[in-house]
Amino acid sequence: MNEIVTSILLIGGALLMLVAAIGAVRMPDLPTRMHATTKAGALGGGLMVLAVATYFLEGSVTARALAVVVFIILTAPVAAHIIGRAGYFVGVPLWEGTIRDDLKDRYDPDSHILHSRDRTPPNS
Amino acid sequence: MIAFLWNLLLALAWVALTGDFSGSNFVVGYVIGYLVLYMAAWQMRLGNSYTRKVPRIIGFVLFFIYDLVKANLRVAYDVVTPTHQMRPGVVAIPLTVDRDAEITVLANLISVTPGTLSLDVSSDRKVLYIHAMYIDSEQELEDSIKALERRVMDILR
Repeated sequence: MNEIVTSILLIGGALLMLVAAIGAVRMPDLPTRMHATTKAGALGGGLMVLAVATYFLEGSVTARALAVVVFIILTAPVAAHIIGRAGYFVGVPLWEGTIRDDLKDRYDPDSHILHSRDRTPPNS
Repeated sequence: MIAFLWNLLLALAWVALTGDFSGSNFVVGYVIGYLVLYMAAWQMRLGNSYTRKVPRIIGFVLFFIYDLVKANLRVAYDVVTPTHQMRPGVVAIPLTVDRDAEITVLANLISVTPGTLSLDVSSDRKVLYIHAMYIDSEQELEDSIKALERRVMDILR
């Protein structure tokens, strides 16, 4: 029973990491690549660690596994946010299928202040 | 916060009295301590927010795991199939929460959910810019972010 749960968790984690790797290659631009890699990668890693916890079923191993999961969930989104923001700053072009860009022209290029609405009306 | 410390103290008392110093026994003591605090707050008609928050936090975690798995499957489907069904874009979401901690938690939760990635907060903290992969309807996307925001406010306020 325990082995079945462990193998399901391991295979699920491996599949998610595979999807993350394929996504990093196949997605068309930087933000969508971040989508594919960070979430699937983080969840896949979390499942692997949980598999370790269910295999050993010991208090100390489970506590460490839970700590690892918490730190993955805490750090992955921060890294994704910083990379995505930096990519936007240096002007990495978005995919041509992007249907909307509210962030365009709202950064002050000198002070890096981000405005909450358009600074100049678009028709002027 | 003080109620949470009381709950930990009750759990420690349970562990000491039963003489079983294991993690699972501590969890049992925590649950019993929570029930004691709940009954005390109910008996004395205290507006104790701690006892009401614990079920909300548990509900939130379950809801979030469900959301996480569902959205992961959607992104995985788009990665594996040869055509791109996605309609990505950067959307400005007006914020109701205004404290730093709440914005941080909300932005992190948005980033953890597949299909949405928070890019930046405007300098006056009124708008959160997110990159979304599936903008089928902007209203729907904004509603889902707002629902998440309400849950964050439920827990942190």
